[in-house]
Amino acid sequence: MSSTIRIYPAKPEKVYVYATCLVDMFSPQSGLDAIRLLELAGVEVIYVPKQTCCGQPAYSSGYEEDAKTTALSQMDLFPEPWPVIVLSGSCGGMMHHHYRRLFAGSEREAAVNQFCDRVFELTEFLVQVCRIRLQDQGPATSVVLHTSCAARREMKVHVTSRQLLGQLDKVELREQAYESECCGFGGTFSVRHPAISEAMVQDKTRHLHDTRAEQLISADWGCLLNINGAMEYQGKDLQGTHLATFLLSRMEGHNAQ
Amino acid sequence: MHNKPQLFHPQAEAALANPELRANFRGAMDYLRDKRQTAFADPDEESAIRDRSEAIRQRCLSKLPTLLEQLEANCIANGIRVHWAENAEQANALFADIIQSHGGTLAVKGKSMVSEEIELNHAMAKEGIDCLESDMGEYIVQLGDETPSHIIMPAIHKNKQQVADLFAEHVPGFKHSLDVDTLIQTGRNVLREKFRSAHIGVSGVNFAVAETGTLCLVENEGNGRMCTTVPEVHIAITGIEKVVEFLADVPPLFSALTRSATGQTITTYFNMISGPRKSDELDGPKEVHLVLLDNGRSQAFVDEEMRKTLQCIRCGACMNHCPVYTRIGGHAYGTVYPGPIGKIISPHLMGLEATQDLPTASSLCGACGEVCPVRIPIPELLQRLRREAKQEPRPGVPALRGQGAAKSNTEAFVWRSFSLLTRYPVLYRMMSWCATRLRGLMPSKLGPWTRCRTAPRPAARTLRELMAERKK
Repeated sequence: MSSTIRIYPAKPEKVYVYATCLVDMFSPQSGLDAIRLLELAGVEVIYVPKQTCCGQPAYSSGYEEDAKTTALSQMDLFPEPWPVIVLSGSCGGMMHHHYRRLFAGSEREAAVNQFCDRVFELTEFLVQVCRIRLQDQGPATSVVLHTSCAARREMKVHVTSRQLLGQLDKVELREQAYESECCGFGGTFSVRHPAISEAMVQDKTRHLHDTRAEQLISADWGCLLNINGAMEYQGKDLQGTHLATFLLSRMEGHNAQ
Repeated sequence: MHNKPQLFHPQAEAALANPELRANFRGAMDYLRDKRQTAFADPDEESAIRDRSEAIRQRCLSKLPTLLEQLEANCIANGIRVHWAENAEQANALFADIIQSHGGTLAVKGKSMVSEEIELNHAMAKEGIDCLESDMGEYIVQLGDETPSHIIMPAIHKNKQQVADLFAEHVPGFKHSLDVDTLIQTGRNVLREKFRSAHIGVSGVNFAVAETGTLCLVENEGNGRMCTTVPEVHIAITGIEKVVEFLADVPPLFSALTRSATGQTITTYFNMISGPRKSDELDGPKEVHLVLLDNGRSQAFVDEEMRKTLQCIRCGACMNHCPVYTRIGGHAYGTVYPGPIGKIISPHLMGLEATQDLPTASSLCGACGEVCPVRIPIPELLQRLRREAKQEPRPGVPALRGQGAAKSNTEAFVWRSFSLLTRYPVLYRMMSWCATRLRGLMPSKLGPWTRCRTAPRPAARTLRELMAERKK
């Protein structure tokens, strides 16, 4: 994994959006809101309806050949040289970093690397490329932010979610204990090692809940499926919202949810 | 009865159900993380130290065979007798031979994870040789007939109450006390007497310097120095990967080690052992032996990617920062080396068949890789081992011991189907259409997922459908 600092391009006219399978099936509203945000930031968004899943579940389970065929099928859907904006740090990490690893040394290496260079996580793209300025039209509220491990450690974009929230005048960001610790999702980890995953998500939900923030925000639906499911199971009323939905609601002056 | 990696699941569940154990680990790991954070206050300095340490370790590993020969030659020139062991049995046989040739019956040991790897204490007990641990944590672990639960803090799973109870049971004359200084002093008094009477001193090695034939030992308690200077014979044991090329390689690695491990800029003791007592010297051992152990390390060495596993300098930072280790502790792994480094080194030491559950026991959160002082890409190596556990050997890639041990036709079918589903949008659309339209039929129990969560509910319609409408 490269530890070099990423150099960002100038704002393009068009971008592709990669919504991810979780957004497609579990929270399409997050996808619509992210697309709207990108449009408000001044780029034309191309949504390719044939997109499915980045292949991470097979990859992290050790089935790299299956992940490779999936990866090739997805890359083929984005032939133009436009940036590919991924609505998840985790899937972004897969497509920006792990696709490189999958095809290293193969004849497709150069083409794959070119694709990976075009992959950006949503908040990263809004801040670093679009240089978006948000106008907060919403009522005063407090939020707690959960950042996925891949967004933090693979994409190194944990700062951009915070920067976006920081632009909102009437939003107070609360800090939870053990902020950088994993929520315990880890894809198939949560079902292969359910007891350990449970211990992790119980701690995570407690720390998030203890902030007494009015809203929970994250830019990753993987973590949110885990955290929201656990919160609901425990009878807690805090339910996480995708950052895109929250930001759009602030710009339009209504409450997300 | 000691734990086994084959029983990882029940061992982890038992640890999770033990609130005292969990509190001990959480507290200790928080403490060690804070200490490390303070030692690396400047992120640029941290980055530079890690870059340098990684480069040194990679350079040394790239010439490992040559450096080992050089180390052997220079040790011999210094009067150190060098022995090679391919596995635990050979290493233990060497120890027994050396100790018995001196008529020794008592050995005092400094802390050595490699000696845990070969189960030296048990092997020597069978030969009638008593091995006494002299590191305070190791001594506590030995009294309780346990194994270390952390590579640098062996008794970290115990709190002072539990240590006091253990001393009350085993140390004659101990007056029950929860005062940490009293507890330490109690242990020291026992050990002090043993240093006087032992014939043999055993130690590990942190860095073996090829250029000079010097064995470096990092420690805080002074017991390492006692073990390597007081008894007549000193036997050091280490894994073959611990060799460094130059003496100048040691200070940067030493600094990276102590800062990462305990947040110290330097340890209280740093020993450089360059041979037995010389004719004009008054103290020191009369004989010094070095046992170089392979025990599966060659398997990691021959694979360029997995060779990075051997960069490890055994600081323990990966376990201190691991959300899994923090919750289940070291014993649950059932391996000598627990935590993230244990998950990537144990398959080479014990084979993938026994250790197949370890690489999957990670959310791949990356916290380990983020703190590793020699930048071992632990998450990538976990990923690699997951693959090797599931797949047959490939041409041109050396097979691992236990390669394909976790192979499952059912799982292979699942991921082949997944791959088909993702490649053929029509299939995917049918699946997501069913999931959204039939969401009312979604079972409320979804196996392990719903033991602590509600089942996820698909949306009424997919994004693809909503986007098709948006365009109209």
